[in-house]
Amino acid sequence: MSLTRQEVEKIAHLARLALTEKELVEYQEQLSAVLDYAEMLDELDLDGVEPTAHAVTRSNVYRSDTAEPSLPLEDVLRNAAQHQQDQFYIQSVLDN
Amino acid sequence: MNSLRDLGKLTIENARNALRRRQVSSEELTRAYLERIRSLDDRLHAYLTVSQDQALAQAATADRRIVSGDDTPLLGIPVAIKDIIITRDVPSTAGSKILKGFIPPYDAYVTERLKQAGAVLLGKTNTDEFAMGSSTENSAYGVTRNPWDSTRVPGGSSGGSAAAVSAGLAMGALGTDTGGSVRQPASFCGVVGIRPTYGRVSRWGAIAFASSLDQVGTFGRTVTDCASMLQVIAGYDRRDSTSLDVLVPDYRAALTGNVNGLRIGVPKEYFIEGIEPAVESAVRSAIAVLEGLGAEIREISLPHTRYALPVYYLLAPAEASANLARYDGIRYGPRVLGEDVIDSTKNTRALFGPEVKRRIMLGTYALSAGYYDEYYGRASRVRTLIKQDFLNAFEDVDVIACPTSPTTAFKIGERTADPLSMYLADIFTLSVNLSASCGLSVPCGFDEGGLPVGLQLIGNTLQEATILNAAYAYEQAAAWHEQAPPLSK
Repeated sequence: MSLTRQEVEKIAHLARLALTEKELVEYQEQLSAVLDYAEMLDELDLDGVEPTAHAVTRSNVYRSDTAEPSLPLEDVLRNAAQHQQDQFYIQSVLDN
Repeated sequence: MNSLRDLGKLTIENARNALRRRQVSSEELTRAYLERIRSLDDRLHAYLTVSQDQALAQAATADRRIVSGDDTPLLGIPVAIKDIIITRDVPSTAGSKILKGFIPPYDAYVTERLKQAGAVLLGKTNTDEFAMGSSTENSAYGVTRNPWDSTRVPGGSSGGSAAAVSAGLAMGALGTDTGGSVRQPASFCGVVGIRPTYGRVSRWGAIAFASSLDQVGTFGRTVTDCASMLQVIAGYDRRDSTSLDVLVPDYRAALTGNVNGLRIGVPKEYFIEGIEPAVESAVRSAIAVLEGLGAEIREISLPHTRYALPVYYLLAPAEASANLARYDGIRYGPRVLGEDVIDSTKNTRALFGPEVKRRIMLGTYALSAGYYDEYYGRASRVRTLIKQDFLNAFEDVDVIACPTSPTTAFKIGERTADPLSMYLADIFTLSVNLSASCGLSVPCGFDEGGLPVGLQLIGNTLQEATILNAAYAYEQAAAWHEQAPPLSK
C-alpha cells in the first residue's frame, strides 16, 4: 500500500480530523488505491511543461487599497458558536 | 391558464408569455409550484429547504413589477438554488452537518442577480456534501431520487436541482459544476444543464470546493430556458477576482437553430469500452441529426483524456483541503467542544461525512511537504497538457460532441462501496473543468429502461452561445424535452 498507517495518522492530525480506528484502516486502503491509480501520471514526459493554476490565464488582479464598507458586525457574529462583545469567543490558542 | 395543469411541462418561455399577458400571476404560479412540491417532494427529496414565505413575498413584488410594465427574462418565475450557493436569511448547508443551522447574512452574487431579475426563489436543493460526489448520495440530509426511476440516483452533485427541474418542481435551477456536477445530473434526469467557462459566472457566495475548478451553472427543461437562466447570472463581479470582465452576449438571440457548416469534433478517446451500448447509440444518433442539419462531423483526438481522472482527483481534493480548513466551528456551524482548541476543532470536524473526509485526507497528503511536487505539482503540469489538447482541437472544430456520462442513472447504493467506481461517472465531464472550455448536456434519448441519455457539447473559452445554439438546433429536431418523467404526474 502507498500509505503507511503512521502517515495516515499524521495527515489526519494536519487536517484536524479525529478518525476512528475503522476510518484509519479504511482510508489507508482507499487513499492508497487512489494514489496507486495516480501513478499513471508518471508515464508522461513533463519536461518543460508549466503547471496550470488557472483554467483561464489571469495575472494578478488588484483593487485600490481603500477601505470600503463590509458586513455589519451584527451579521458577522450572528452565526458564531459563542461571541463576546464584538469578538468571536474561543478557547485559548497559546499555552499560558 | 390550462398550462397550470401541465405544470410538469411548463417552460420559462411559456410562463413569461402568460405572465406578460396577465393570464396568470406570479403568486398563482408560485402557489401552484409550492403545492406541487408539497405533494411530490416527499418521494423525491429534491429540496432541503422550501422558503415559502420569502417566495410568496417575492412573487408579490414580481406581480407589482409586471403590472408596472417591467419585463425582465425571469420576472415572476419560480426557481430553485443548490444548497452550495448562499441565500440571505434562508438556511444554506452545503449538504453538510457542519453547516447545520447556518443562516447566511448575505446573498451570493448569483442569488442577487436572480432577485434583481425578479425570479422567485422556491428553496434550496439537495447536493452531495460540499459538492463532492456524483450521485447526491453523499448528502448528509438524505438522497434525492431520480424522477424517471425512484430506485435510482439523480446524479450529482447538483442532483436536487436537476431532479426539481425534471419533475416540474421548479422552472429553472442553479447548480455548481466542479467536475461535471451540473452536466452529469442533467444527463441522468433528462434536462439541459450548462457549465460555463471558468470566470464567466461569479463564485462570490458559492461555497468553495475547488477554487480553480468550481463554476455556477444552470438547469432548464429546454435549451432556451437554460440560456435564459445563464443570461441573468453571467457577468463581471469585482468581488470574485477570477471573474472575467468580458461582455455577456445575448444567448437567447444566439439560438437561431442554424448549424450549417458548424464543425463538430467527435473525440475517439471518448468512445471506449465501458460506455453502455444504449448511451453510445443515442449519442451517435444525435450527432447524425446534427450532421443532417448541416454540421460537418470530424473525428478528433484528445490524447490526454485518460489522465483527466487522476489529475482531477489530485487537484480537486488538494484545493478542497485548503478551502475546508475554515470549518472549525468558530464563526459558523455547530461547535463540538473539546479540552482545547485543537480538540474542539477535531471534534467539530467529525461532523464531515466520509467522502469529504476522504478528500480532505487525500488533498492534505498531496500538498504535504515532500509530496507536493510529486502529486500536486505533477498533476498541475498534466493539467496543462489536457488544456492544450482542447485548444489544439478547437483550431479545427467549433464544438466537441460526446456522451455526458458512460452510463445512464445507476441504482441508489450501487457504487457507494467503491469510491473509484463512483469517480468514473465523471470521466467525460472532468476535462472541461481542467481546461478553459465550457460544456453542456442536452437530452438525446432513453435507454431500454426508459432512463435519459445526455449528449455533451463542449465549446472553447467563452463560446457558450455556440454550444447553446448547437444544442438548440438538435433539441428542436429531436424533441426529447416534450416527455416528462413518471414521478412528476
